[in-house]
Amino acid sequence: MATDFAFPDTGAKAAAAAARPEPVERAPEEFQTEKMSLSMGPSHPSTHGVLRIQMELDGEVVIKADPVVGYLHRGDEKIAENMTYNQFVPYTDRLDYLAPLANNMAYAIAVERLAKLEVPARCQAIRVITAEMARISAHLLGLGAYGIDVGAWTVFLYSFTEREKLYKLFEELTGARFTTSYTRIGGVARDVPEGWNDRVVAFCDQFLPILEQILNLLTRNKIFMDRTVDVGVISAADAVAYGLTGPNLRGSGVPLDLRKDKPYSGYEQYEFDVPVGAKGDCYDRYLVRGEEMRQSVRIIKQAIAKFPGGPWYATDAKKIFAPPKDKILTSMEELIQNFMLVTEGPQMPAGEVYFEAENPKGALGFYVVSKGGGVPWRLKIRAPSFCNLSILPKVCVGAMVSDVVSILGSLDFVMGECDR
Amino acid sequence: MPAPADAPTALKARFPQVTDRASLDHPAVNVPAADLPAVLKYLRDEFAFDMLADVTAIDWAEGVSPRFTVVYHLLSTTSHAYLRLAANCASDAAPEVPSVVSLWPGANWHEREVYDMFGIKFAGHPDLRRILMWDEYPHFPLRKEFPLAGIETPLPDAAVVAETGAKAIAAPMMGGPFVAAPGEINLTEAEPRAKDESWSERREKPE
Repeated sequence: MATDFAFPDTGAKAAAAAARPEPVERAPEEFQTEKMSLSMGPSHPSTHGVLRIQMELDGEVVIKADPVVGYLHRGDEKIAENMTYNQFVPYTDRLDYLAPLANNMAYAIAVERLAKLEVPARCQAIRVITAEMARISAHLLGLGAYGIDVGAWTVFLYSFTEREKLYKLFEELTGARFTTSYTRIGGVARDVPEGWNDRVVAFCDQFLPILEQILNLLTRNKIFMDRTVDVGVISAADAVAYGLTGPNLRGSGVPLDLRKDKPYSGYEQYEFDVPVGAKGDCYDRYLVRGEEMRQSVRIIKQAIAKFPGGPWYATDAKKIFAPPKDKILTSMEELIQNFMLVTEGPQMPAGEVYFEAENPKGALGFYVVSKGGGVPWRLKIRAPSFCNLSILPKVCVGAMVSDVVSILGSLDFVMGECDR
Repeated sequence: MPAPADAPTALKARFPQVTDRASLDHPAVNVPAADLPAVLKYLRDEFAFDMLADVTAIDWAEGVSPRFTVVYHLLSTTSHAYLRLAANCASDAAPEVPSVVSLWPGANWHEREVYDMFGIKFAGHPDLRRILMWDEYPHFPLRKEFPLAGIETPLPDAAVVAETGAKAIAAPMMGGPFVAAPGEINLTEAEPRAKDESWSERREKPE
C-alpha cells in the first residue's frame, strides 16, 4: 500500500535500543532515590484549620509523618482558672466550634457534678435536643468538607443548605447562630420559644430524605470508594491504645458510646442504635457518621414527643443559677443573689470531678479541680480531636500523599478543640 | 477478669503504698510516682482499663509541697468504668514522673502537653518536645506564677527576630477581675473599664 507520508525511522531507534547495555538487576536500596520532606499546612485546604504535618516522602509514599499542632493555642485552661464558672461558658463554644451546643452541655454537666446538682427533666431534654442538633450540624460539615477533600463538590452544597436551616433554629433558640453560649451552670439561658419544637420536628421530617440524597452521592460512588475503602485502616486495638473516641473509635468496631454506656442528661430513656464499622478504614468512619445522623434524628423526635413540663433550670440552686430577671428588678433578696453570683461566681464545694460527654468528634472531657468558691483551681479540657490526631504518625506511614488527605478528612478533627 | 469496681481494693492489697483519694465521682487512688508504670500495667492487664482517657497535672501553687500532681484517668471500654490515679512529683523544682508511653502509645501527646504546660519531665518518654507552644518557648504557661496576660518573649524564628525585632507581647489587659489566688492585685484597678467617653457638646473632647 502506497503511503503519502513518511513513517518515522523506527529502524534507527531499534538499532540504538539494541546497542544499549542490558539493564542491570539492582537491589532497591541501590537506587539513588532521595527522601523528600514535605510540610503540609498549616494553611492547607485539607488540614481543616491550622494543622501542619511534617512528612518525609519516598516518592509518593509517606515514610514519616509528624503532626505539628498548637497554631490555634489560646490558653483556654489558663483563662478558665481566672474567671468564674459561668464566665467560661462562651469559651467552650470555641473548642469544637462546629458543635458549640454540645460543648456547652458537656461543660455545664461537669460543673453540675461538682456541685452535686441535678437539673430538671425539661432542662435535660432541651440539652439533649440541642446536642443532637449540634451533632447533625457537625457531621454535615464534616461530610461536606470530606467530599471536597476527595473531589465531590456537590455534597458540600447540599449539606450546607441543611446546616443553614439548623442555624436558623439555633438562632431562634439561643440568639446566636454560631457561638451559642446556651447553657448556664444549673440550667440553660432561656426556655424554648413557642412552637420551636414543632419547627425542629418539621426540620427532621424534611431532613431525612435529603440526608439519603446526600449520602447517595457518596456511598456507592466509585471515585469516593476508591479514595476511602481500605485507606487509613485503624485496628480496634490501636484505636483504643491511642485513646480514639467517637466515630473514629466506632469506625474501628469498638462499640463505645458514652450516651449508651455512661448515660447522662437522660439519654438512657431514648432508644437509638450505635453504628460500628467492620474494618476501620476511612469508608467505615464515613458510614458511621452517616448513620449517626439518622440516629440523632430518632433521639430528637423521641425527646420532643415526651418533652417534659416543669422548670427549665434548677430552681433550688440559689447560689448557682441566677434568679429570674423580673425578680431581680423588684425584690431585694434576688438582687443580692444576682449580685453575689455575678461578682463571686456560682459557689462550688471543694473537690474534683471528671466528666466526658459523647460529642460529635468524640469524648469531650472536663476535669475540674475546685478549692471551693466561684473560680476553678484547675480546669483541664480533654479534647477528642487532640487524641484522635495523635494516631496520625502511625496511620499515615505507608500511605500515599493523596491518602493523607483522605485520612485527615475521615478523622474529622477541629483545631480549635485540639489546640485549646 | 475481676470487676473494675474492685480495682481500688485489689490495688491496695497488691501495692500497699497505694492510698485512697478523695473524689466526688469516680473511684480514685494516690500512687507513688515511682510505682506508676507497674500500677497502670496491672490495671490495664488485670482489670481491662484499656483506654488512657487523659493525663494532666495540677500545680498547687508556689511554695506548696508537693507542688505538682500528675493525674491519670483510665476508662474500660468493656465495663465502662472510670478510675482516677494521682501521683505527686517528688521534687518541686525539677518535677519528674515515669512515662507510660510503653503501655499506651496515646500517652505520648498527653505527656508532651503536660511537659509543655507545667515543665514536668516524663522519664523514658521517646520524644519529649513541646507540643502546643513552640520549641524555644522559655516558660511553662499553666504554672501558677505565670501571669494570665503572658510574658514578652522572642518569636520562634531567630531570623525574623533579627530582621524585625518583633516579639510576642503580653496581652494588653493584665490581670482581670477574677484571680484564682486573691489578694495579688487590686481588683478595682485590674478590672477592665470602658474608655473615657464622657465628653459631650458642652464638655470638650479631651485631646
